[in-house]
Amino acid sequence: MQEPKSLGVVTPQYVQIVKPLQLKSGYVLESYHLVYETYGQLNAARSNAVLICHALSGNHHVAGVYAGKEKSFGWWDNMVGPGKPIDTERFFVIGVNNLGGCHGSTGPASIDTRTGQPYGASFPMVTVEDWVETQAQLADHLGIEQFAAVVGGSLGGMQALQWTLDYPEKVRHAVVVAAAAKLTAQNIAFNDVARQAIMTDQEFYGGNYYAYGTLPRRGLRLARMLGHITYLSDDSMAAKFGRSLRKGELSFGFDVEFEIESYLRYQGDKFADLFDANTYLLMTKALDYFNPADSYNGDLSAAFRVVMSNFLIVSFTSDWRFSPERSREIVKALLDNKINVSYAEVPTTHGHDSFLMETPYYHQLVRAYMDNISF
Amino acid sequence: MNEITKPAAIALRPDFAAIAEWIKPGAKILDLGCGDGSLLRYLRDTRNVFGYGVEIEDENLLKCFHNGINVIQNDLEAGLSSFESDSFDYVILSQTLQAMRNTEGIIQEMLRVGKEGIVSFPNFGYWKNRMQVIAGHMPVSETLPYHWYDTPNIHLCTMGDFEALCHQCNARILERRVLNAYNRPVVFLPNLMGILAFYRFERRL
Repeated sequence: MQEPKSLGVVTPQYVQIVKPLQLKSGYVLESYHLVYETYGQLNAARSNAVLICHALSGNHHVAGVYAGKEKSFGWWDNMVGPGKPIDTERFFVIGVNNLGGCHGSTGPASIDTRTGQPYGASFPMVTVEDWVETQAQLADHLGIEQFAAVVGGSLGGMQALQWTLDYPEKVRHAVVVAAAAKLTAQNIAFNDVARQAIMTDQEFYGGNYYAYGTLPRRGLRLARMLGHITYLSDDSMAAKFGRSLRKGELSFGFDVEFEIESYLRYQGDKFADLFDANTYLLMTKALDYFNPADSYNGDLSAAFRVVMSNFLIVSFTSDWRFSPERSREIVKALLDNKINVSYAEVPTTHGHDSFLMETPYYHQLVRAYMDNISF
Repeated sequence: MNEITKPAAIALRPDFAAIAEWIKPGAKILDLGCGDGSLLRYLRDTRNVFGYGVEIEDENLLKCFHNGINVIQNDLEAGLSSFESDSFDYVILSQTLQAMRNTEGIIQEMLRVGKEGIVSFPNFGYWKNRMQVIAGHMPVSETLPYHWYDTPNIHLCTMGDFEALCHQCNARILERRVLNAYNRPVVFLPNLMGILAFYRFERRL
């Protein structure tokens, strides 16, 4: 096995899909484009393709760097690359920015050709099912009839799961990390507070802020700060920040005093500069709506009857936003259908963000699973 | 099972072979406390079974992944609530019974989830064990290699003890197999001469 290294320079590609897309909401999108990246070589049999689905704030830039920007590593560069757990020497790996995104695929900030203006608030709601459909169009474009694996964490894991329901014969393996078959009420509640933070920002203008040349930065910042708290754990925050003070002593004011405040504000500001508020709203709604058991009277096992894929399900002990219990529900439904599945509960302290961390044992498990996939 | 191209490189273990002889080809198997997954892999390769291992230790889980078997991380002490009743042909508990806290509970769960249960354990009634106890010491032997202070085995039993538990749990013993220190079947005085005992049982109706 070669020493793991980064992919080096990668380049995004675009595809215009002209086949009209009927969304779950009923809305029909006549045409849209997707931005994606590919790593490694598609083999002659076209059987080594791996699709990486991104989570709430992710995008198509999964691994490698952009030319001239040596620190622009993809969001899962520790997992995907030559000699890495998802080995681009073996697999042809695809990352795609989801429809409704803000990194190059058609989304709320894109120009609606019918009006010549950005979609803004008129961009339709998109669901996990809709994303799977657009990803299937991309697969067709790339000539891939079956994925060796569809992989995702969190909201990305939901897409991997949905793939096995909508296209059972097109997915040989699904790797579903830190995900859930549906959000709990508490989880939806967090999402709604995030949305309210954005939508009550005076600069939001009902979602049409592009036309006013403003951004609901304060709202998006708050939404991210709240989200960030829920992606970490009490223990990891205590270990990293504790009650450390920025200036070493209390200043008895409302400016930043504790290190955790400084960290969260910095994270919020950074995110508000890079991410589109409308996309954030759409992504959180997609999370809330996801519930494949819904059409089966809440019976997830019944929903999984069509499944043919093999599964790896991974959860993290410190993840309270997508807790191991949620993963166990998925595992139970797969066991009920006698589907090939392995389930690991990885001990970590990093909370939900664990799925992005380079925990050796977690990476060893994914590597071992991926190494067993033949093509 | 996951797609595996590597040939099975497992030395034939007599205790595996003893269990495999009871397994109908193509059966659905649940292997509780499956360790590194080598028994399940052996059964898959020799009996073409479909199954899952259940294991709690992280290190073992990774070994199961390397063995390419399905494995579910789960604490057996908490029961088998992830598994439906009557959903497996055989539920196997191979040399794990003696390390369990909730011994009776796991036998009940095996009877619920499987059509048949298979249990193997080191026989505490083996004469060398008895001799050491008579000599005033907790036994250390081929199948009980630990000292009293570092052993994971908290519920050791003799064959007679296990059969009494089966009776108490409404388990009907279908078949019994006993191996001696040379991995040969024991017929004469099994509870004295046998080091490893194997039982196949079902729910008494």
